[in-house]
Amino acid sequence: MTKSLIDILDLSTGEIDELIETANRIIENPQAYAHKCEGKKLATLFFEPSTRTRLSFEAAMYELGGHVLGFSEAASSSASKGESVSDTVRVVSGYADIIAMRHPKEGAPMVASMKSLVPVINAGDGGHNHPTQTLTDLLTIRRKMGRLDHLTVGLCGDLKFGRTVHSLIGALSRYEGIRFVLISPQELTIPDYIREEVLEDGHQDYVETTDLEAVMPELDILYMTRVQRERFFNEADYIRLKDSYILTREKLDSAKKDMCILHPLPRVNEISVDVDEDSRAGYFDQALYGKYIRMALILKLLGVE
Amino acid sequence: MIVNPITDGIVLDHIKAGRAMELYQVLNLGALQCPVAIIKNADSKKMGRKDIIKIFEVIDLDLDVLGYIDPGITVSIIKNGELVKRHGLELPERVTNVIRCRNPRCITSVEQELPQVFKLTNREKGIYRCIYCDTQAKHSK
Repeated sequence: MTKSLIDILDLSTGEIDELIETANRIIENPQAYAHKCEGKKLATLFFEPSTRTRLSFEAAMYELGGHVLGFSEAASSSASKGESVSDTVRVVSGYADIIAMRHPKEGAPMVASMKSLVPVINAGDGGHNHPTQTLTDLLTIRRKMGRLDHLTVGLCGDLKFGRTVHSLIGALSRYEGIRFVLISPQELTIPDYIREEVLEDGHQDYVETTDLEAVMPELDILYMTRVQRERFFNEADYIRLKDSYILTREKLDSAKKDMCILHPLPRVNEISVDVDEDSRAGYFDQALYGKYIRMALILKLLGVE
Repeated sequence: MIVNPITDGIVLDHIKAGRAMELYQVLNLGALQCPVAIIKNADSKKMGRKDIIKIFEVIDLDLDVLGYIDPGITVSIIKNGELVKRHGLELPERVTNVIRCRNPRCITSVEQELPQVFKLTNREKGIYRCIYCDTQAKHSK
């Protein structure tokens, strides 16, 4: 089977280190990589809309000197005529050298990877996996903190439905000395299977709390996610809780001076705009690094040195 | 009622009491032409009560399916009246088309020609997960 990336745990920590090193080299000298993928084509098969992820993949391929083809919603693909994922991918893998796929159904990119003749990258499958976001998070943490081990990582907001949070917990659990501080309303705590199979079975150091301000001084990383109105059973609970999980400049007063604030974006109001000017705000750099880690991943999966 | 001893066939013993019919269905034993005996609630020193299935012909059994349903079952193959092989079972690493994924967001919910494959992710707890979407089908030990 062709090597693909479907789940972040498909990659060993050694392979993640290699990707991070390649991304760092690209950041230092992008010109050296500008022709690495000349003559290669990336197919972006986006069965549901996405702005950042798709543009990031496309920019990554263009900056490697390659070409991009594809579609950005199911309505403009043959899926609207009822074609299966397997058939679409079998056809497209004759036209492109590598495929990035986003699909609303969980597991669709895995099905694609089983049928494809070329590498498939999962660019998000429903609420399930989004490994290139996790790679982006890991590159950002490494660049901002200088390491991926011995960190206290606060994850704040909607920890129940947030796929980026679940993948990041899985990925960071493999490094030594990681302590998770899980900050969320009771309604949105991490799912039982993450708590039992990743944290407890893995003897991972973690605490759960509802109080962001109380734990702020401990954190090396604060990973914010959005608390969405539609996740609550009643409006009163949402109104009561929503401001607790909004990060403001004042709340940062007690934080470490070198703490790093991350967010997978898009942000709505969970980080005040005035935080953007704080030197600890890392989320726009994080979005930029997403392009570089995708360049590194494309190179690796295409076997380009 | 007398159930004759088997000359050539298979005995599934130590089935948890009450589960023989489920096995009968899953293994599609109703399609066999040979005699099949189901003994329910037999006395057992080890289990108190157990079920037994006797198949009066040596057939190909899917031991993975059996192991998934009840890893405590013993499978004895008898030929010419002699016990020629006894299998102990264990939870298989993968089962195909035995469990259906219940996650409505799983790709298998819309592309129904895909095989339903579950992998064992925790042997101690008997946890199986869909290979596509990771949804758990907890094994009923």
